[in-house]
Amino acid sequence: MTAWLQRNTIAVLILLLLAFVAAVEAIKPGTINGVWLSNTLLFAAPLGILAAGQTLVMLTGGIDLSVVSVATGAAFLMTTTSLRFGDPWAVAIGLALGLIVGLVNGIGIAVLRVQPLVMTLGTGLMTQGIIIVYSQRILSTRSVVPDFIHTLGSGRLADAIPVDLFLWVPIAAVMVWGLARTGFGRLLYAVGDNREACMLAGIRVWRVLLADYAICGVLAAVAGIVLVGNTNSADLGLADTYLLPSVAAVIIGGTSIFGGRGGYAGSIVGALILTVLNGLLTLLDSPEPVKQILYGTIIFLLATAYTRLTD
Amino acid sequence: MDGVRKLLVRHSALIGMPLLLVVFLAATVAIHPDFNSFDAQSLAMAALPLAFAAAAQAVVVISGGIDLSIGSVMAVANVLAARTMENADFGTSLLLAATILLAGAVVGAINGALVVVSRVPDVIVTLTTGFIWGGVALLILERPGGGAPDDFLALATGTFATPWLSNSLILLAVSVAVIWIPVRASKTGLRLYAIGSDRVAAFRSGVAVGPSRIVAYIVGGLFSSIGGVGLTMTTGIGSPRAGVLYTLSGLAAVVIGGVSLVGGRGGVVGPVIAAFVLTLIPSDLIFLNIDPNFGQVIQGTLIVLVVMAGGLATLARIRK
Repeated sequence: MTAWLQRNTIAVLILLLLAFVAAVEAIKPGTINGVWLSNTLLFAAPLGILAAGQTLVMLTGGIDLSVVSVATGAAFLMTTTSLRFGDPWAVAIGLALGLIVGLVNGIGIAVLRVQPLVMTLGTGLMTQGIIIVYSQRILSTRSVVPDFIHTLGSGRLADAIPVDLFLWVPIAAVMVWGLARTGFGRLLYAVGDNREACMLAGIRVWRVLLADYAICGVLAAVAGIVLVGNTNSADLGLADTYLLPSVAAVIIGGTSIFGGRGGYAGSIVGALILTVLNGLLTLLDSPEPVKQILYGTIIFLLATAYTRLTD
Repeated sequence: MDGVRKLLVRHSALIGMPLLLVVFLAATVAIHPDFNSFDAQSLAMAALPLAFAAAAQAVVVISGGIDLSIGSVMAVANVLAARTMENADFGTSLLLAATILLAGAVVGAINGALVVVSRVPDVIVTLTTGFIWGGVALLILERPGGGAPDDFLALATGTFATPWLSNSLILLAVSVAVIWIPVRASKTGLRLYAIGSDRVAAFRSGVAVGPSRIVAYIVGGLFSSIGGVGLTMTTGIGSPRAGVLYTLSGLAAVVIGGVSLVGGRGGVVGPVIAAFVLTLIPSDLIFLNIDPNFGQVIQGTLIVLVVMAGGLATLARIRK
């Protein structure tokens, strides 16, 4: 039994997801329908994209604590520059923030050998600080979410298919395919598994890590932009609540924090589980603090079960 | 000569951090010649919670762990104090404070036990428990409010003998000395450093790794709860979200204060002094007419620079 579970972790995760869905239906019969599914996918997309970057860095044994600040910063930069530079440039500026922070993370971690936790903590604080200073400089600027971003983050095609899926599904496809089938994907697993062995084998580990963190930064910016399309207003706490879920989705999805093991398919299911769980807790109509406690407890239990299972 | 050099290298943080603080203080006085006893006192008060957060994180990091729930534990202690002491007298407040510190130690024990028992990496566990304790804090006090009797607040806001010596400095020094010196001097402290520097070697030498890790989290929980009560004393109210900031700033102070995140190295004094330096930065920026929010940027930059310098030093040593 345990052996089967260990081989088929994705199947177990999907069963778990179905169990949560069943719980939602049990608590409030009739909830599970097309609209519910559409909503769940819509809300899962930003988390799924954030978790994509987190998966990439965790596969190499790292972690990125700056994703939340980058997501918020990218969204904030985009909404405040769209009137002045036009929508396409505003989006580009937002994404550029992700790329820059990602590159700085990469240089620190890959070249100067700073621990990922400390490096991304530092850059996260820097990004947040810079955005706060920036927000006070431009108080008079009107913040506008470009129309197509609003559609991307909250629109539905034919009243059913969330538009953000058209972004998330390609990203997911590239992630799954890239991790399994490309040299870069293989290198990420190899570096996470044994950095020294990779260096001895002649791999330029620093280039792999640099690219890895840069991609993570850009994905965080993309997630922030999708998120602001959903909320339709950029405030400085936009993505604050996403730090734990972005890490938890990856861990629950079976990627080891020590690197070398896991994949994005698991993170997708992890993101869906967390989104359904969030909906479930909302349905219980419990006060916000209770919701927060339950959410954290369930994440902890899932992570523990998973660690026990795969160790 | 070699002995002196060794001593200097070994205690570089103990010598370097006070120096850095003196430099920063001198710079502050240079920028702001009117620096008076009131400024000194507000600096001490502002640094108090951060210093305890740094001490809490330092103990856990020395044992080779990390605790991302410190800010939330501080928030719990902060709102517990403000909620229960609002209409209490001085004596009752002291009793309540003692109870809250005990609760802090218990919360630390829970965090540590979860890390040890679940075998989930400590980063993940404490990120999650931080979320949970944050919920608990909101449950105790939904909106900022509450209070404590004035004579209790005066334990941190008052001054002792001269207006330059804030009570909060005494509170900090006494707490750190009473908790850390016995731990550091005992076998327990040796075990913390042992499991931090090499867990396997410590295990093979007969150190009970699990219990020792839990001890680190208990001491951390204790420091966090003092920080939380200190926050109540210096701000006069409880605020369920105020503590959260201190997780990351505390970690920053630990890194700057010379505690290696790899574990087994450094002490509590370095991070505590670093907390004062980090508190001085935004106020210096205000004196310089620069947006104090740049303080956060500088804090982030400092963390990165300090760790990079450490990494480069290690590289240089290996090359030699």
